[in-house]
Amino acid sequence: MHVPSSWYLILSALLFTLGVVGFLIKRNLITVFMSIELMLNAVNLSFVTFGHMWRATGQAAIDHRIAERGQIFVFFVMMVAAAEAAVGLAVIIAIFRARGTLNVDQIDLMKL
Amino acid sequence: MNHIFFLQLIPLLPLAGFLVNGLLGRRLPKALVSTVALAAPFAAFLLVVRAAYLIWSGSTFPVVETFAIGTRTAEWINAGPLHVDFTFALDQLTLVMLLIITGVGFLIHIYSVGYMSHEEGYWRYFAYLNLFLFFMSVLVLAENFLLMFVGWEGVGLASYLLIGFYFDKKSAADAGKKAFVVNRIGDFGFLLGMFLLLAQFGSLSFGSIGTSLAAQPALQGGILTAIALCLVVGACGKSAQIPLYIWLPDAMEGPTPVSALIHAATMVTAGVYMIARTHAIFDRSPFALAVVAIIGAATALFAATIGLVQTDIKRVLAYSTISQLGYMFLGCGVAAYSAAIFHLMTHAFFKALLFLAAGSVIHGLSGEQDMRNMGGLRKKLPITFWTMTAGVLAISGIFPFAGFFSKDADLYDAFEHGASGKAIWFVGLVAAGLTSFYMFRLWYLTFFGESRAETQTSAVNDNSHSTLHTSHSVHESPWSMLAPLVILALLSIGGGWIGMKHFGDFLAPVVGAVVDPEKEPGGETFDYFLSVVAVAVAALGWFIAHLFYFRKNDRAAKLAAAMSGVHSLLANKYWIDELYNFIFVRPLKAISTFILGWIGEGVIIRGSTWLLGGIVMLTGELLRRWQSGNLRSYAAWLAAGAAVLILFAGYAITGTWLGAHGIDIHINWAGR
Repeated sequence: MHVPSSWYLILSALLFTLGVVGFLIKRNLITVFMSIELMLNAVNLSFVTFGHMWRATGQAAIDHRIAERGQIFVFFVMMVAAAEAAVGLAVIIAIFRARGTLNVDQIDLMKL
Repeated sequence: MNHIFFLQLIPLLPLAGFLVNGLLGRRLPKALVSTVALAAPFAAFLLVVRAAYLIWSGSTFPVVETFAIGTRTAEWINAGPLHVDFTFALDQLTLVMLLIITGVGFLIHIYSVGYMSHEEGYWRYFAYLNLFLFFMSVLVLAENFLLMFVGWEGVGLASYLLIGFYFDKKSAADAGKKAFVVNRIGDFGFLLGMFLLLAQFGSLSFGSIGTSLAAQPALQGGILTAIALCLVVGACGKSAQIPLYIWLPDAMEGPTPVSALIHAATMVTAGVYMIARTHAIFDRSPFALAVVAIIGAATALFAATIGLVQTDIKRVLAYSTISQLGYMFLGCGVAAYSAAIFHLMTHAFFKALLFLAAGSVIHGLSGEQDMRNMGGLRKKLPITFWTMTAGVLAISGIFPFAGFFSKDADLYDAFEHGASGKAIWFVGLVAAGLTSFYMFRLWYLTFFGESRAETQTSAVNDNSHSTLHTSHSVHESPWSMLAPLVILALLSIGGGWIGMKHFGDFLAPVVGAVVDPEKEPGGETFDYFLSVVAVAVAALGWFIAHLFYFRKNDRAAKLAAAMSGVHSLLANKYWIDELYNFIFVRPLKAISTFILGWIGEGVIIRGSTWLLGGIVMLTGELLRRWQSGNLRSYAAWLAAGAAVLILFAGYAITGTWLGAHGIDIHINWAGR
């Protein structure tokens, strides 16, 4: 069975929305962090889908590099996300050690 | 014959003197300062004498010279219809004025060398004095109203600087300000007059206005009256006439030679000169002439009455100057311009003499100015006494001194000026009697009787002049002061002998023919009769002064006590200063305080700063709540911002907001 591209886009939108909502309503820093990952991967999904759509139009045959950009961007995003996860988790551990909590509402020392 | 008159050098030489002394004088030795300061007016005087000689030997009037350097023209302003040149003109009237300005001016410069020798700021004094000569000669040489106005304002500036010469003395600084402000009121009239002239004639040149006037014989009154009255306001300010005379008595705070030069001989006569210069306009407006005559007569009488009871020797002379200027206005007002200029000339001689002699007395008494503390100086200051006697006789109009001839000419022309002229003549005659009285009062109080100085040394007027003299012994002045006195005394005695007839004939091409007694039927006899009456009145004034003040007696005190109301009215100068203070100064101050202090400083300046600061603080107070430190609120704002950006991007691409068509997303449920 052929799955239409729009389904992927809708899924991507749903995932992104879930990520945003999760970011906004969750208090635990790790959950917030996971929401960010969710948003990043929702974007990845749309990148891949758009790349596929370009390829399918056939116009991209003139210049394959355009069609492949979507996929290439996904690798970039994955790489940055991996680096961010490494740094982010280290920060989270440091915060937990310093404050004894991961509740974002209590981590508000940078306000005026 | 065409000679170059070097007219522009006449003002420029004193200007050079001013620049040298003003810029370098502080570092130059005194002798050099005096040399520069004396050389400039002397050279200018020689140029004027040369001009007079050239004219005597056949050059024609008027001489018009413009500033032209190479091929550059003398154009000053050329904007649309307004065209003004740097043009100087020399005619009979200007020649007379220049001879007075540079001649008397030079004498007073010599006198100042002696008088000011002990003063601080010697160089500054001479710089200002040269500056004054520069502006004054620009004033009389100018061929158009605007250039004349430059000189007019400039002499006001020089006058301000010199009145406030002892600027560390508050009364002197205040007097300078007062003179400047009151003169500004007059200048306002002068300016309005110039605007009207420009609107009416499209030119400010005396020559072209005269031509336009001659071409329109039907033009009478109306606009010309308006112009003339505006000019009269200017003349009243500069020549210290009612109602703007109040600055002149206070101007006596300046050094005495300044009073002699600026506030007696030259600057204050600028108003008379201006009226004579613009007489073509006044001749077409009988109303304006009548106003001038009434102002002149009223001022002559009014100032003379105040002069009766003043005790400060310089103030008596100041009021007498106002009174004599009133005579000149009176002469102008009855269209006897040459008589007015004649009186201007003799007045320049005898009033400069009187002031300088008074200065010599003050110098001899180490700064004493109050006549009540003088007396008995006849033997101690003999030369001052005799020269001053010549001045007193001249101003009182005793035959054959200079004042007799000119005052007689003024009064005769007033008498011949119809029915209203008789009233003006009578007022002038009364004022002449009063003049004679107060001048002889001054003479007796100063030079006769017992010396009252020794008994009242504690009451010595604290003029800054006195502090520099260590000795209190009375001494005759140095020769640098006495020589000008003697020359001016000779001029005061003989200056009138030229006679009204010759003087009038000389000035006739400029200011029109004068009523000549010799050409009228029976005029000469009548003229003699009027002269005898005038001399009789003057002699009466002398006699009364003699009764009151020659020997020590209490007649004057008794009279003052008997008429204490009148006496205090006069002694307080009719409370005019207080009246002006109440009517003009205080409301003006209140309005200024309101506008500047309340509206300007309070509302605009303080209000705007408060408003700006308030807005910034309020905004900051609101915005700081945004930065809550709450991570999730930041994220929410971020998301909202992103949503708004997407909305705008969608609008930019599709051209519609979410609405009519919505963002056109086709969801393809099946197929690709």
